[in-house]
Amino acid sequence: MITSTGELPLTNEHDIVLGRQSVRRMAQQQGFSLVDQTKIVTAASELARNALIYGGGGTLTWALLSEGARRGVRLTFEDQGPGIPNLELAMTDGWSSGTGLGLGLTGTRRLVNEFEIDSTVGVGTRVVITRWR
Amino acid sequence: MDRIPILRMGEFLLVTIQVDMHDQLALQLQDDLTCAIEKKGAKGVLIDISALEMVDSFIGRMIADISGMARILDARTVLVGMQPAVAITLVELGLSLPGVATALNVERGMVLLRAALNASETGDHVNR
Amino acid sequence: MNSKGTLASVLQSRRQEILTQWVKQLEQASASVKGRISATDLKTQANEFLGFLSATMETQDSNDLGAPGWQPVREFLEDLSRQRVFAGFSSDETATFIFSLKRPLFEALRQETKGDSERMAVETWAATELLDKLGLHTVKAFQISREEVIGRQQTELLELSTPVVKLWDGILALPMIGTLDSARTQIVMESLLQKIVETESQIAIIDITGVPTVDTLVAQHLLKTVAAIRLMGADCIISGVRPQIAQTIVHLGVDLQGVTTKANLADALALALKRTGISFTKH
Repeated sequence: MITSTGELPLTNEHDIVLGRQSVRRMAQQQGFSLVDQTKIVTAASELARNALIYGGGGTLTWALLSEGARRGVRLTFEDQGPGIPNLELAMTDGWSSGTGLGLGLTGTRRLVNEFEIDSTVGVGTRVVITRWR
Repeated sequence: MDRIPILRMGEFLLVTIQVDMHDQLALQLQDDLTCAIEKKGAKGVLIDISALEMVDSFIGRMIADISGMARILDARTVLVGMQPAVAITLVELGLSLPGVATALNVERGMVLLRAALNASETGDHVNR
Repeated sequence: MNSKGTLASVLQSRRQEILTQWVKQLEQASASVKGRISATDLKTQANEFLGFLSATMETQDSNDLGAPGWQPVREFLEDLSRQRVFAGFSSDETATFIFSLKRPLFEALRQETKGDSERMAVETWAATELLDKLGLHTVKAFQISREEVIGRQQTELLELSTPVVKLWDGILALPMIGTLDSARTQIVMESLLQKIVETESQIAIIDITGVPTVDTLVAQHLLKTVAAIRLMGADCIISGVRPQIAQTIVHLGVDLQGVTTKANLADALALALKRTGISFTKH
């Protein structure tokens, strides 16, 4: 169940900083532990930057979730950029390849509980991540 | 434009990062630091991130780059004060910053730099 | 004729009467739980609730508890349930708070609609429907709070079962016992890192003598812990590595990445002392 939702722009690097701070507040509001807060804020920073740098700018749609005692945060990063041509390849790095090059998607995926990515070349990319308390 | 200040501590330089940096600020820091190392003939750099509640891949790479650049300019870098939550997240992200020396705080960082400096002066190779 | 209007006006005009009767009901119902909540607190809570309910009914057109206008009432019941959880009440004891309001409310409605049995039936039905919804919300909130408390207790138990021990100034040890699963390893990792910062320890010894098997997942968790410790500026030694475990690690192709390992805790301690520059002399 979504208890509240909203949208933030991702058009410049200040938006990335603001986005991070908003996500931090959301995670705190949902009662996340410090480590879980840090994980989702970091994931948000990665994806926001991707949307800006690779996607040419986009939007972050956030939603606060509640399922019984479970509280969560769902973030959707959307851009109308060039899309990711080799999605399969981009997602197959193992844990120990820590060069941090490229989109950092596999690393980001490890920071959240649910991760969905949709990308079409020439159309854009959409990544949805969810972290539960 | 705001910049992150670089302080001098003897023959070392100290940078305390306290703000949530936007990318441009981080790149500016990289620039300023390399210039300062050269200008002041510094032999060591301490980067204090004890106030940072988040380090993502961009900042992580910036730190690794600073360490690399400093090395080329004959200076050692020590990263100090990383918070537990940040360390756990960075490792999960896949960034363990292998080429960067670390210490618990500025004090220990200086001890480390001193030791590395002494060792290189006496010809020993200190591997960290 | 607006049935909501009657309930709302009855709550206003006969409030004192309803409150008195309700508190009496509550005190009777809680005869068995006397001592867990004082009569004064009970009365205060009942009065507060009537206030919220009355105010909400003035402005709310529908019975939909999910509507934003009902938020103050919902929050009040959620707070109440949370308090009851901590005080050790059961869910039905908690729901009684709402259900014992029925009698006084119906009585007030009966007085108000005297002579008009049609109207009385309609009003009573509306009131019962509303109170049932409020009662259910209370029970739901109670269950949620209970789950939170249980979850927290489980976490605390986990933390207690893997204590971090200070062996010497600057040297911490973490004896791991039993099977390592993902959740446990996370909590343990976090508390070890926290202790390192708090005690400003230079070396952490993770002892896995008491861990029966090490599979890829466990090995990865250990490596992540070691990497995190190093990033923070401290060192890590893994002790209690039995030959079988060493074999498993090699067969799995796990790269220990320069982590120092020792066969037992004593050897690890000796190394740690050496690294921190401490030595003992025998006399």
